[in-house]
Amino acid sequence: MFPASFEYHRVSSVKDALALLSQFGDEAKILAGGHSLLPMMKLRLAQPAHLVDIGAVHELAQIQEQGGRILIGGLATHHSVETSSIVKAKLPILAECAALIGDIQVRNRGTIGGSLAHADPAADYPAAALALEAEMTLENPGGKRKVKAADFFLDLLTTAVQAGEILTQVSFAALGAGTGGVYLKHRHPASGFATVGVAAVVTLKGTNFDKVRVGITGLGAKAFRASSVEKALAGKASDAIAAAASHAADGVDATSDTYASGEFRAELARVYTRRALEQAVARVKA
Amino acid sequence: MAVVPKFVGERIKRREDPRLITGTGQYVDDVRLPGMLTALVLRSPYAHAKINSIKLDAAQKVPGVVAVLCGDDLKDKVGSVPCVAPAEHVPYHPVLAQGKVRFVGEGVAVAVASDAYIAQDALDQIEVDYDPLEAVTDPEQALEAGAPILHDEFKTNSVTLASVPNPAVDEAMNKADKVIRFRIHNQRLAPVPMEPRGVVARWEPGYKQLTIWSSTQIPHLMRSQVADMLKLGENKIHVIAPEVGGGFGAKLNVYAEEALISHLAITLKRPVKWIERRRENLSGTTHGRDQIVYLEIAANKDGEVLALKGRFICDMGAYLQLLTPAIPGFSGLMMTGCYKIPALAFDQQMVFTNKMATDAYRGAGRPEAAFIAERTMEAVASEFNLDPADVRRKNFIAKASFPAPTAGGLVYDSGDYELTLNKALDQIDYNKTRAEQAAAAKEGRYIGIGIASYVEICGIGPSALLPPKLKGGGWESCTVRIEPDGKVTVLTGVSPHGQGQETTFAQIVADELGIDIDDVTVVHGDTALVPYGIGTFGSRGTTVGGPALMMSVGKLQAKMKRIASTMMEVPPEQLEFRNRTIAMASDASKSIALQTVIEAAYGYKTVIEGVEPGLDATSFYEPSACTFPFGTHVAVVEVDSQTGQVKFLRYVAVDDCGKVISPLLVEGQIQGGIAQGIAQALYEEVKYDEGGQLLSATLMDYAVPKANMLPHYELLSTVTPSPVNSLGVKGVGEAGTIGATPCAYNAVLDALKRLGIRDLDMPLKPETIWRAIRDAKKA
Ligand SMILES: Cc1cc2nc3c(=O)[nH]c(=O)nc-3n(C[C@H](O)[C@H](O)[C@H](O)COP(=O)(O)OP(=O)(O)OC[C@H]3O[C@@H](n4cnc5c(N)ncnc54)[C@H](O)[C@@H]3O)c2cc1C
Repeated sequence: MFPASFEYHRVSSVKDALALLSQFGDEAKILAGGHSLLPMMKLRLAQPAHLVDIGAVHELAQIQEQGGRILIGGLATHHSVETSSIVKAKLPILAECAALIGDIQVRNRGTIGGSLAHADPAADYPAAALALEAEMTLENPGGKRKVKAADFFLDLLTTAVQAGEILTQVSFAALGAGTGGVYLKHRHPASGFATVGVAAVVTLKGTNFDKVRVGITGLGAKAFRASSVEKALAGKASDAIAAAASHAADGVDATSDTYASGEFRAELARVYTRRALEQAVARVKA
Repeated sequence: MAVVPKFVGERIKRREDPRLITGTGQYVDDVRLPGMLTALVLRSPYAHAKINSIKLDAAQKVPGVVAVLCGDDLKDKVGSVPCVAPAEHVPYHPVLAQGKVRFVGEGVAVAVASDAYIAQDALDQIEVDYDPLEAVTDPEQALEAGAPILHDEFKTNSVTLASVPNPAVDEAMNKADKVIRFRIHNQRLAPVPMEPRGVVARWEPGYKQLTIWSSTQIPHLMRSQVADMLKLGENKIHVIAPEVGGGFGAKLNVYAEEALISHLAITLKRPVKWIERRRENLSGTTHGRDQIVYLEIAANKDGEVLALKGRFICDMGAYLQLLTPAIPGFSGLMMTGCYKIPALAFDQQMVFTNKMATDAYRGAGRPEAAFIAERTMEAVASEFNLDPADVRRKNFIAKASFPAPTAGGLVYDSGDYELTLNKALDQIDYNKTRAEQAAAAKEGRYIGIGIASYVEICGIGPSALLPPKLKGGGWESCTVRIEPDGKVTVLTGVSPHGQGQETTFAQIVADELGIDIDDVTVVHGDTALVPYGIGTFGSRGTTVGGPALMMSVGKLQAKMKRIASTMMEVPPEQLEFRNRTIAMASDASKSIALQTVIEAAYGYKTVIEGVEPGLDATSFYEPSACTFPFGTHVAVVEVDSQTGQVKFLRYVAVDDCGKVISPLLVEGQIQGGIAQGIAQALYEEVKYDEGGQLLSATLMDYAVPKANMLPHYELLSTVTPSPVNSLGVKGVGEAGTIGATPCAYNAVLDALKRLGIRDLDMPLKPETIWRAIRDAKKA
């Protein structure tokens, strides 16, 4: 409840933030919405000596459309993603995903960059980012680099973000014609996080699947693409969904906790994958 | 002047809300005193361990730290945390552990510093050398030979065994068509008040006067116990319960910190504040329920229940708090519910385990009783293939039988159980809903209808029902003071913390005196202002506090009538209070302004024989009997057979709490109560692992339901006044909780009935339901 003492720095540019990060190295942490970092500091599980607050770097909070891609700044809050007219029109699944995060207070403070960089195994965004094949822009003192969602989530609370780097932007391709997406989650009754969350994005050619992408969160240590489900559906019609969805938990070491055993989580992953795929198909057809 | 309206029975908004909503009320944490220090408590990470040593010196050296102490420093200085309920084994309960810790969260040391951050730095520097011991968390295992013993001096984990035998029960079992047996576990729950506990203590050395601000439901009873613990005179302690942000029974207690923080303030001669953290609240504030019962039901084919027998195992936790071993009593006495079941026998084995103490939690013993009675009705219906509503009708105590003696030896005051059942079933359209259920089943869907008719016991009660060691009985006090300007101050011994007596009591007084509600102020929770009172718990505020108020109002009415009668030269019996006057009942034009009478009482220029000056009356009301609110709840749910998730389609509650003073407040109590009842059925569970680690120590794990996890409530009522008190009221603080748990549970089990599923443990989590369905389908 009472963090250890730390020094607080509020910056107004990415450049200043990067400079402080390189100055203090391991001792420093970026502070965005604070909704994952502060709880850990209050329990003294995290004791950074320096907090670099990027809350005033306003350009990082923008949401724009450019050349068929939707660019969301790392500092965009869950609420701004949920209510953005661009996101609602071009990436409705992402707006729906944001709307299912936590409660209104969490959505008003928490940011997409913070959520992705923190990579909580039960966070919602990672499933959507994977299914939408998002691309993350990471900035460091040497410049920028881009990392695909598929290469971004490495392990429990571990991502491709290196020490001294800032996740400045998340870029998505707008959903095209013939494409539909759905995010479904089984909410943990206490935390509100995803016991299991499934994002399904499908593109149909005629009545058959042209492209299927399924991102699953909550099941294991990190969010992942359910490639065996995707493969099982390639070129098939929607009557193949049930059989394909039964592979949703294949090869994953499912998490057990007091609320849900690994066995149950795996079943939820299969059921939600089937339902998400069916609903995604229905959306394309609608 | 405008005519004063009537207030009782009207939908008056709570008068305490504006200040709470605008943040201008004062909770314990809002108390800020010059020179005040902050205390934090270091707590045991072990469920059971020997303390070899505690090193405090590094912590004491942290700059800004004023004191760091452990249990050994307090021996002979602060007495045992009290338990007033009778039990064979009552252990010594130090305010900080001495020699041994017995549950995760037990206080081990305290640091006092200029602020909480520094106090936390100090806690981080304390080194405790523990020898972990084997722990026992399952009360049935705790009774087995070879189980780790919590308190060596007792050589057993048995706290006490209470038996209520009855040979008629065995006779009934022999002659019944069937004896149905099963086990019920009312799981352990955390009360989770929005405001955790908190204490501020100030010692004024010159006056030798201690002031304690505490988030408590029982300021006076707490003062008596803390006076004992600290060996101070009760007249040297002033307790203030400021705004209290929810209690639910968890603050009907006397806690280590109330004495510990007071002791620190006295010895350091500076005010000290301690505010409980949520993790401490979930681990170190009393829990509720945790009661196992092996139930035997003797029943006939026509649905008649002949006898009930229960063997209870009640988990008390590691120490006994104020009323810990007394709570299960009502689970046994009330387990025949609304039914004329003629024979009852039970025994209750209370057990020590390496867990936090249990104690009162919303309903305190009666939710368990109602759950047993309502599971009984469902079991009998299933066994003999009868409609569960009909089984209830068959067994109900008839309207004509009141006052109705029960097999548990109680006398129910008044009731019409079938009326609430019929009203609830009409509202839900029972036959149509059953038809929809059958149609849905054909589509492979699982819809369930749950019924729970409950009766509970409130307004407890005659003082003889309360433990002898409690310094106070079942009575309540109230002073009413009419001030010289005509405004009225009510000083009540109850200590409301959400129940809204600032509103209901003002409604009553306004109507009785014919004045405006805004002319009445209700004061409570301050031992220097209000007469010794018992406090707020067990739905007693209006049921017991209300009649005390009526007595004092009555005394002042009589006095003012006498004064008016002399002034008007009319016999007092012919006078009544009306629209800011005292008027002749037969002729309203013959009246005298109330204010004129008040001025006569205070000015006292004319001496009236036998009438003292002033307008101030104090009364102590001892109830002659308990009251028994009742009702029927009906829920319709749909279970998702693939994920085990439960969705409410309808929730109807028909509650009867006797005469209603404040309909809006009654609805509020019922709504909150239902939320907590559903929480037990579906969501909440305090969970310890076998080693005694608490797995539900944060609100990220302990599932208090949010609004979106609860149904829309359709609230109806019937009104059967209680003959026990002058107001006709019965109490409503716990009713919703008591009805809702069996109602929600029965609804889910009804949905699963066609799969042959009869019995699942609460909470009915999706995984529990999913597994049951999967196993049933396999079989
Ligand atoms: C009560 C509650 C309920 C919640 N429920 C949910 C839920 O249902 N679903 C869900 O997905 N999440 C949930 N969350 C988490 C919430 O979404 C967090 O806001 C989010 O995970 C982290 O974002 P933040 O902006 O608050 O990051 P912070 O807490 O500020 O930072 C988190 C971590 O990421 C780092 N970081 C932050 N921004 C960047 C950046 N731009 N570049 C590099 N590193 C960065 C920080 O240094 C820190 O290590 C909940 C949180 C709470 C408190």
